[in-house]
Formats: sequence, structure tokens, C-alpha cells
Amino acid sequence: MSAVEPIGAVEQSADQLVNVKDLVKHFPINRGIVFRRKVGAVKAVDGVSFQIRRGETLGIVGETGCGKSTTAKLIMRLLDATAGEIDFEGKDITRLKGGSLKAVRREVQLIFQDPYSSLNPRKTIGSIIGEPFAIHKLLPDRSERKREVQRLMETVGLNPEHYNRYPHEFSGGQRQRIGVARAIALQPKLLIADEPVSALDVSIQAQVLNLLRDLQRRFGLTVVLIAHDLSVVRHMCDRVAVMYLGKIVEIGSSDDLYGFPRHPYTGALLAAVPQPDPSRHGEERRVLGGDVPSPANPPSACRFHTRCPKAQEICSVTEPQLAQIDGGTSVACHFPLAREELAGIGVRSSG
Amino acid sequence: MSATEPLLRVEELRVEFPTEDGVVHAVDGITYQVHAGRTLGIVGESGSGKTVSSLTTLGLTRRQGARISGRILFEGQDLVILPEERLRAIRGNDIAMVFQDPLSSLHPLYKVGKQLIEAVQAHRDVSKATARNRAIELLGLVGIPDPSRRVDQYPHEFSGGMRQRVMIAMALANEPKLLIADEPTTALDVTVQAAILGLMERLQRELGMAIVIITHDLGVVAEMADDIAVMYAGRIVETASAARVFANPEHPYTWGLLRSIPRLDRPRDEDLVPIPGTPPSLINPPSGCHFHPRCPYAEPEHSRIDPALEPVPDESSHHVACLLEPARRRELWAQLREGGTPEQALAAVGPLETSS
Repeated sequence: MSAVEPIGAVEQSADQLVNVKDLVKHFPINRGIVFRRKVGAVKAVDGVSFQIRRGETLGIVGETGCGKSTTAKLIMRLLDATAGEIDFEGKDITRLKGGSLKAVRREVQLIFQDPYSSLNPRKTIGSIIGEPFAIHKLLPDRSERKREVQRLMETVGLNPEHYNRYPHEFSGGQRQRIGVARAIALQPKLLIADEPVSALDVSIQAQVLNLLRDLQRRFGLTVVLIAHDLSVVRHMCDRVAVMYLGKIVEIGSSDDLYGFPRHPYTGALLAAVPQPDPSRHGEERRVLGGDVPSPANPPSACRFHTRCPKAQEICSVTEPQLAQIDGGTSVACHFPLAREELAGIGVRSSG
Repeated sequence: MSATEPLLRVEELRVEFPTEDGVVHAVDGITYQVHAGRTLGIVGESGSGKTVSSLTTLGLTRRQGARISGRILFEGQDLVILPEERLRAIRGNDIAMVFQDPLSSLHPLYKVGKQLIEAVQAHRDVSKATARNRAIELLGLVGIPDPSRRVDQYPHEFSGGMRQRVMIAMALANEPKLLIADEPTTALDVTVQAAILGLMERLQRELGMAIVIITHDLGVVAEMADDIAVMYAGRIVETASAARVFANPEHPYTWGLLRSIPRLDRPRDEDLVPIPGTPPSLINPPSGCHFHPRCPYAEPEHSRIDPALEPVPDESSHHVACLLEPARRRELWAQLREGGTPEQALAAVGPLETSS
């Protein structure tokens, strides 16, 4: 590991639910069948630090393979971190096991991407939504549990009379509501939604997004939203982190990040989002050159320098640290974008 | 609208699949046309019939026992009744298609070059060496670096975006007059998507081909298409120039689509207005206007009358299949465009005056 510096003054404030410090996850690449040996590692998450504040919605965006889902799985403790620390309500949960891990899992729930494969087809909706209570031995009284499940079904906009139906009797949007009901059953402190609408039809996406926003406001939920759709993330999130090859390259409030992106990669992502505005038809596209390099062998120093239009020699030598500039977003870049440059790279500021 | 003959003209196309549960009315009488060098965007959700209509153009639904009626005129020939051998000479040659999933569309056990050579030799009587040179040229054309080395690699050695470029190279092998792209960028990241769309635009300029792009993404059609057809439950409900569809949409379903997506150019806290309900079954579609069960403005008789696709007043190239009064439609849209919800729009416009 290269030298890791503490980022910013990480004070232990009360409004901070999760504090992630220098989180690292490397997946080993092994060769050989009898004598297995490690020949390298996929650096899926490679030194990521951020905080999740109580009651906020934090978006994580980035291209396939940037480590956004791995980060979420590490916070859920579905994967074990290679290095670094995750504090949940001030307590280090990185290496918890057994009962104490189960207690944390109750506080952190997940909404999955695919509403078809994430529901057991042989269980009724009632037992799917009621399962969190069974796992944590809550509401042992059957009629009481049923009443609670039906209340949850109503909360997410399902008909409580459908308690005894099976998943195949529901449409994609309704199934995603079932997934949401299950996730909020135990009133978790943190809800992680990994691409919650990307498998749904356009007209249904808005139904589920509105539901999530409504629940977030009503119950003051803290939400981490992982999505590749930058318009969805802007609509839903108070703050956004942009990841590239296992690193956070920029993080800040939605208004700052979408209004005045400072990292050239954020700028390139925003410029690439197709807009439902035909006046852009025929405009020349400014396309980011090249492919995302392999996370097994990422470029030196700033990982974006191989594709960055602003890269200079220092970018391949010294790694830029994440730091807040001009009261806006925090950005890890030696040559952050200036406001005059935005139009030139095709970003329409959306302040 | 140019006076020249369209390259492709689809007339009253109907495609039905008999199944155990009943007949699926996948495409329910649609008419559209594309001129050389132009791009038509077909927008719709899953199950709206947009893919089936394109597969039928290539004769790819024939073997699935589909009942096809209507006409598909390509350069004056009706592809619906064209014998299979003659259709095969057109498919992949004059009309080519790019599919959504580039990984499952490429054979994993053959080198990319071999698959490209096959595409060239299927329609051209050329030597293998000539075809190989053409394959390398095509890979270069679609922006794959180091094509003479990449030609000998297998599909798994290419990234998703690169595979989609290979698919486009294969589609372009014989310089088609018409390229049908079915959700060509849906599985890709935004930066790769921008590169692929830019590539298609560049090739269209250079080769003068017509493009039919099928997508659910309103952003993609807005940036690519000259004309747009909006499909719902097997029918075209609205068709017009891209500028008209986005500035003066006439159909409540189009309004619903436009208001249900978050946009970077709208205020961040603006609420999304979802379309209520779910897309209908195509085995037993709703009577009358297929959209009436989800339409906030529907009136009782809309469940009985089938709307025809008709020109809107004072804009003959803009067609809509809607039973609402044109004046009422415009008043409703004026409210919605200002950010009103369907309920607010209805309240502002007022109830329908009882007429005959």
C-alpha cells in the first residue's frame, strides 16, 4: 500500500451514521490447480474514505467495474475488507462476527437490482416480507406479525389483501415494492439500494423512485443509492460520490457536483448523458477516449490520467488527494475544471 | 417531407403469435416510413411491439409461427411475401441489424475476424484474403485500435463497448442501406454509449444509410432521431419530427413518458409524475384506446372507440391516435409543461362540455 493520509479532519459528530476510512478490497487472482498461488489482485476498492450522514441520501456513481457495488457490499459486511475500517454509529464493524454482526445487519438493509431473482418464487409475499422478523425472532405472535406485514404492504403501495399471493403474480414494479417493504421491515438505520430501478420500464421507474423518496422523507431514512443513471442520482440524492477504478475522484452535494463538476471524469460522465432535448441533435459529441483500464493493473498515480484531456506529467507521478476546493465539491485532481471549461467539454451546467 | 420514395415503408403491419394462452397481438397495425440518410426512433416500453416489428422487417419472426399481415416495402419489394432465399440476399446486405446484447450475439468460440469474414463472404464472392482485409478495415472504421491484431482475438477479449463496435462493424460489412439498431447501447455505460452513438452518426453521414433506432431511452432518441414513433401495446400512438414530439407532444402516453423521467435540465426537487398502472397484456389488450385504463384524461367512450392515427390540425406530418379533442389536448399539455400534475391540469382545463 502506498502511504495513506487521513482525509480531512474526521471528527466524530453525532449526525454521522457511517464513517468509512481507507477502505480496501482486493480480490486475489490465483493460478494453478494443485499449487495455487496468488499472481495478482483485482483492486476493486482501493482506499476509499467517506461519511454517510444521518437522514441523507448519498449517491455513488461510476462506470461498470469502478467498485461502487463492492463498496456497498463491504458496508453490508457481505464481503470482508482487505484493509481499512467501517464505523457504524461510532463502532468499528469491520471485523465483527456472529451475534454482534447479526445485530448490525439488522440496521443495514439492501434493495436489490433485479426484482425477479431476488424474491423466492415458492414463498408467499407475506412470508417474504415477514422473514426479517423471523430471522431476528421478533413478533412471534402470528396474527401480530401478519398485521405488521400488511401495514408494511400498505406503506409501499401494495394491496394488503395480496398477503397470500406468490411473486409471479406481481409485475416488476410491484415486486420492487415487495423488496422495499422487506428492506424497511425492521426500520433499519441505513438502506442501501443497488440499481433499484434499472431493471424496470420507464413508466414504472418513476413509481419506485417516488416511493423511495417518500419513504426517505417520512421515516428520515439514511439511503445509499448506487446507480449508473446520473439523472436518477441527481433527482434522488443530497450528496454524490463519483468513483473511478476503485477510488473516489469527486464527492460533494448534488447541487455543487452537477452544477459545477470539478473532476474531468465527472465532467465527461455528465457530458455523456443523453438529454431528452432534440436541440442537441447533430451537435458534435465529445467522447472520452479509450476504455476503462483493468483494475488488476491500474495506471500509476491519478488513475484517470490515461484518458484525461487535461493530464500532464505530474498526473502519472503524484497521486492527487481528495480535497475540497473553493467551497464546492471535494475533488482528487491536480488540474480541476474551471467554470469556463464546462461548455467546452459539453457539460450543460444544471445548477 | 421530401417527395422522394421512402427507403422503407411499413403499411398496416400486424404480427400475431398463437400461444397456449391465446393469441399475442404483438404488433397491431402499424404504419411508418424511413427515408435514405434519415433516422427514425421507435420509442416504447417492453412489450410495446417495437422489437417484433423490426424483426419482422428482416423476416426473423417467420419461423416462430407468426401470423403476419400488411406490407413492408423496401425499395419497392414487399418483404412480407418475399421468398426466403430472396430475403436472405437482402438480410445482412441491404438491411442489417444491431442487437442489444453484444455478448450473446457473437459466437464465443470463433475469432472476431472469422465472424466478420463470414458476414462479408455471405454476400460477396471474394477470396478469404480480401474478406480478411475488409474485416480489418471494418474494425478500423468502427474505431477499434490496432485492428490487424484484434482481428485474431476472441469475443471475450473485447470489452462490452468494443463488442458492440464489432457488432456494428459486422452490420456494416456490406454497406447496408438500412441499419436497424435495437437498444444498441442499453447495456453500456454512458461514456461508451456516447461513443457508440457518435460512431453511428458518423457512419450515417459517411455512408448515407437510413437508421431505425429502437429504444426506451428518450435521451437517446432526442439526440439521434430525425423522426420519432411512440409505440404502446402494439400500436403507434404518436409520430412526428423529434422536435415536435419533445416540444408539442399530443398523446397522453408521450406526456407521461416525458414527465416520468428525471432530467438534468429540470429543477432537482421537481416531482416525477409516474404513469399509473402497468403496461397491458398483449393477449387480451384493453378495448378501444389501449391506453385508456392508464390515461388520467380518458372519458367513458374511450373504452369503446378505437382511435385512428390521424394528422393533428395545422401540422400534417404530426400524427396522433387519441380520442381527446385537439384543443383540449393542447390546453392539457400547456398545463403539464408548466410542471402541473395530471389532476391540476384537469382542474385547470375544466370538465368536458357535454357535446353530441
